[in-house]
Amino acid sequence: MNVNIKINGVDYSVEAGSTILEACRAASIHIPTLCYLKDINAIAACRLCLVEIKGGRSMVAACVMPVSEGMEIFTNTPKVQKARKMNLELMLSDHQKSCLTCLRSQNCELQQYAKEYGVDDVNTFAGTMNEFPIDDSSAYLVRDNNKCILCRRCVAACKEIQGLGIIGPNDRGFDTHIACSFEHPLGDEACIGCGQCVVACPTGALTEKDSTAGVYEALADETKHVFICTAPSIRATLGECFGMEPGTDVEGKMVAALRRMGFDGVFDMNFSADLTIMEEATELIDRIQNGGKLPLITSCSPGWVKYCEHYHPDMVDNLSSCKSPQQMFGAMVKTYLAEKNGLDPKDIVFVSAIPCTAKKFEVGRDGQSAAGEGIRDVDYAITTRELGRMIEHFGISFKDLPDEKFDSPFEIGSGAGAIFGATGGVMEAALRTAAETILNKPLEKLDFDDVRGTDGIKRATYKLGDLEVKVAVASSTKKANELLKAIESGEEEYQFVEIMACPGGCVNGGGQPVQTANVRNNTDLAAIRAKVLYDADKNLPYRKSHENPLIIKAYEEFLGKPGSEKAHHILHTNYVKRGK
Amino acid sequence: MKMTIDMLNEIRDKYKDSVTIRKHADGTKVIVAMGTCGIAAGAREVLKTFVEEIHGVNDITVGQSGCVGDCANEPIVRVVTPGKDTVTYIKVTPEKAKRIAAEHVLGGKPIAEYQA
Amino acid sequence: MIRSHVLICAGTGCTSSGSAAVKEALITEIKKNGLEDEIEVVATGCFGLCALGPIMIVYPEGTFYSKVTAEDIPEIVSEHFLKGRVVKRLVYQETLKGDEILSLNDTNFYKKQHRVALRNCGLINPENIDEYIAMDGYQALARVLTTMTPEETIDVVLKSGLRGRGGAGFPTGLKWSFARKSVSDKKYVCCNADEGDPGAFMDRSVLEGDPHSVIEAMAIAAYAIGSDEGYIYVRAEYPIAIHRLEVAIKQAREYGLLGKDIFGTGFNFDISLRLGAGAFVCGEETALMTSIEGKRGEPHARPPFPAVKGLFGQPTILNNVETYANIPKIFNEGAEWFASMGTEKSKGTKVFALGGKITNTGLVEVPMGTTLREIIEEIGGGVPNGKKFKAAQTGGPSGGCIPASHIDVGIDYDNLIAIGSMMGSGGLIVMDEDNCMVDIAKFFLEFTVDESCGKCTPCRIGTRRMLELLNKITDGNGTLEDLDKLEALANHIKSTALCGLGQTAPNPVLSTLRYFRDEYVAHVVDKKCPAGVCKNLLTYNIDADKCKGCTACARKCPAGAITGTVKQPHSIDTAKCIKCGACIETCKFNAIYKK
Repeated sequence: MNVNIKINGVDYSVEAGSTILEACRAASIHIPTLCYLKDINAIAACRLCLVEIKGGRSMVAACVMPVSEGMEIFTNTPKVQKARKMNLELMLSDHQKSCLTCLRSQNCELQQYAKEYGVDDVNTFAGTMNEFPIDDSSAYLVRDNNKCILCRRCVAACKEIQGLGIIGPNDRGFDTHIACSFEHPLGDEACIGCGQCVVACPTGALTEKDSTAGVYEALADETKHVFICTAPSIRATLGECFGMEPGTDVEGKMVAALRRMGFDGVFDMNFSADLTIMEEATELIDRIQNGGKLPLITSCSPGWVKYCEHYHPDMVDNLSSCKSPQQMFGAMVKTYLAEKNGLDPKDIVFVSAIPCTAKKFEVGRDGQSAAGEGIRDVDYAITTRELGRMIEHFGISFKDLPDEKFDSPFEIGSGAGAIFGATGGVMEAALRTAAETILNKPLEKLDFDDVRGTDGIKRATYKLGDLEVKVAVASSTKKANELLKAIESGEEEYQFVEIMACPGGCVNGGGQPVQTANVRNNTDLAAIRAKVLYDADKNLPYRKSHENPLIIKAYEEFLGKPGSEKAHHILHTNYVKRGK
Repeated sequence: MKMTIDMLNEIRDKYKDSVTIRKHADGTKVIVAMGTCGIAAGAREVLKTFVEEIHGVNDITVGQSGCVGDCANEPIVRVVTPGKDTVTYIKVTPEKAKRIAAEHVLGGKPIAEYQA
Repeated sequence: MIRSHVLICAGTGCTSSGSAAVKEALITEIKKNGLEDEIEVVATGCFGLCALGPIMIVYPEGTFYSKVTAEDIPEIVSEHFLKGRVVKRLVYQETLKGDEILSLNDTNFYKKQHRVALRNCGLINPENIDEYIAMDGYQALARVLTTMTPEETIDVVLKSGLRGRGGAGFPTGLKWSFARKSVSDKKYVCCNADEGDPGAFMDRSVLEGDPHSVIEAMAIAAYAIGSDEGYIYVRAEYPIAIHRLEVAIKQAREYGLLGKDIFGTGFNFDISLRLGAGAFVCGEETALMTSIEGKRGEPHARPPFPAVKGLFGQPTILNNVETYANIPKIFNEGAEWFASMGTEKSKGTKVFALGGKITNTGLVEVPMGTTLREIIEEIGGGVPNGKKFKAAQTGGPSGGCIPASHIDVGIDYDNLIAIGSMMGSGGLIVMDEDNCMVDIAKFFLEFTVDESCGKCTPCRIGTRRMLELLNKITDGNGTLEDLDKLEALANHIKSTALCGLGQTAPNPVLSTLRYFRDEYVAHVVDKKCPAGVCKNLLTYNIDADKCKGCTACARKCPAGAITGTVKQPHSIDTAKCIKCGACIETCKFNAIYKK
């Protein structure tokens, strides 16, 4: 059903029940918003989206006001523009204006609107400012409330997307600030480090904990062998750091850039994704055939693992004992590669470039030192954003780079490994291997469409010979909770479950380049970015993990066979029942 | 208790008088002098009698005052009817009080022989 | 045989002045004199003349004793109860005419009042449901449930013209009809007893003095809209009101007037209490409901309106205590009766809490349309100490001031808005020539800045900036540009804030700017406070004619700002003076003054 309205004097017919903001969007009319996140945060708090209505008592907030028959809306009158400008000036009067050094400069929504609305004096309403302490108590992110504009998008991300609610407004009035209950440091709370709050933040109030310092140091240290591997999804997103369109495959340029930064080896984490599949598919078949704990749940998402440990500690034994691809890679580099090339693991610095903030916590976990006591599998985990900044610091003109290839001995990753970055990708990769192992013959169709797509929970049943394998895929911890509750209550039953902490999978990770709310509200970023991975998969020479020749070689030369004792020592780990 | 309309009205009627006392009375006032002399002569019993007989009826109030000066003739009772002359009774006893209440205050006919 | 009722006010005002001790002393003394079968002591709600508390009224005489202490009781008992001699020194002088006790209704304070919402306050014992019933209590509910349909019920309220007494003045019948129209098998009836305006205590007095009137009204409302559950949200700072409500609810339940199958009609309704926790913003409709839901008490955008989607997402009506207090009377006397009082668009009466520079501080209820002059000069007894009336603030921190030039305005919803103020909940603060209007605006703004929830940009930051500008002005550092900025900011916040708190917070500033701009200009241009209030703008001076040169002040001054030779008039160096006032306290000759 539609209603007839007028926007800025022009007639439109729009869907009944839509908000003024949505109606204007459909008419390609832009209304500024700072606190609005579609379906997640519509609270009319920033007061930027105000518009005038004919006959209305006052201006109304477009993000929540529904349209009605005959409504006449004016989105850019002098009164509206003045109101927007004044609210921006008020925000700026209690905002730490350190744009020159702020990590979000040029990608900050407040900065952008201040320019758009002609704020010419940031000190119009100068007065006392809040002086909040910075919270850098966690391994994964830093909160600077002096840059916070109290849009509450981070609160909504944590509560509505992830279903957690670790942060919220404390105090009231001018003293309001976002923090954990009772002002506990974030590092002490049951935060899972997923970083969804960081990618929701419009300003520089939330950023990842910096890990680049150590990497710069290592690169400059001639006594160190510095290796880096790149996560499956960042080749689909790194270009966004340089203004390229979301959905551009920049794998070649990424490798070229890393090489020019001086890394001694630039490796493809898709390789260790394949390794994970080898181990995990074996684990799955073993548990199914020998009455092991089912469902088997994937463990490559450290945000999910921490969530499991805090909120579903009774499911910890369901987790695959496999390390994540990042950790497996580090373990292989410091054992397999070190051995192969005669390097002392202590002289190796292994860096992982990932779309994830939780991995900064993962690198410090116990049980992740395959090469020996005190030698961490992975030394530094840097996010896509940090990598983008490093590339700029090295004076590399990313867009002009030629396409180059990864270094051996880890330069090949299969299509199965490539799709790890999308929700359902690990599941599909594992199914390709598990199915062929069980059926003992090649699959006719390699695409498992039922587990693809950005839905929060996906369910499917596959018949592999006599075996019926029920699988489920969930992304975002809110959906994970829903699925787990159904499993715990006995309502639903599965053999194999994939869970990713971030909605849509790693392509939407907390370490990915931050897109403005405008982009997030109006495009399916996860789908656009994931398409790069699925397209790459289609065109790769090897599409199954077990057919990756480097994988076959690694087992022959070093690991023996999947699930072997050596494999367990190097590639598997354990978990902690943390509780809340 | 399960309240019904009849029960509600019952309660109302039972307590209405009690609460109605709490307003400024405009009707006939029966004032018993309650000075020390009056009390010594038995004014309290007289007061009690009037209260029992007519207090609250038809907007009539029974009140008290201090000594009116005619101590030898206590207990002294004055009947003040709006629009009429005040009538003063002397040497009132509970029995006389009953007659005054019925015949004068309610009936409207002052009793000459009880007056001064 | 009970021949006399002694009513003692047990409202918060008189309780703070010691009425509880008076009551105890009275009961003891009565017992000592063997009068317990003749004299009944009744603790009631507020009579309204709070300035004269503790108040004690003796019936049937109607003697109004004021400022009674426990020490006065033996005298009252022996003189008045035993000997019938009124203790004249304690009687409210206006009711004493020789030996005659005048009716309270003839006094200036009560003459023009028409107590409708306050009808039972000061008359009945609020902790005794029978006394409420004796005053026709629950008759309205009985009639509504047994003889009227919900639509007819709403119609009565519509016809009465009753508008919300909490401040916004929305037609009550209309609100109920919206909720009735909403389709849901669960609806809620809420009562806003948060009464956050500083200086307002109308709702408190109704809850303390006549809680059943609210309970009965809520039940009628529930029937009208189709609800079976109600909440009374009462601020925790009202312990006596909370206690009276708990007692009243308990008694109503015992009588079957709350609960299941009321009056055997199949209608169910019960009420729970929810206590506030010290947030003015929780008196706002949506914030109040959010608070009841257990969340951080912050308002949210409307639409959706509560009548459609309110508490727990269900259709809900929220009405103020005073609004509810009128309902039973409207049903007992008729909508026409209520509509016959007041003005064309503002029917009925309104309770005002008179405070500030006025003789008769307390609670008054007058028909709408009564002029400010009548309230201040007649009912209020005028401005004391021979001072001149300057302005009256209505509506608390959300309202504006009415200057002397508008003293003949008839008080109703629309008149007040037309002159830049608003009715608000009924707080009426009177100011005289010694009040600085800039300081008044600052006082109210300090309150709203403190109480802002912090959700929306204009209120969270804007009100704070407004206060900083006001402080700058009263400190003597303001400029004319600051005045313009203050006004622009005030208008901006008014038109862009998310909720009523922010939208009305600038009102005190805007209305004082409108009517007293010269005072602002004096602060800014002349660096002077004409009313002599703003400390930083005062100069301390020595009157040479009165000064004896005793040097006491010079020795006392901590800043060494006073100089002079012995026996010669001294003088104060304004540059050194820190305005501590020690010199004024020291001077035995009243020779030092502030200007």
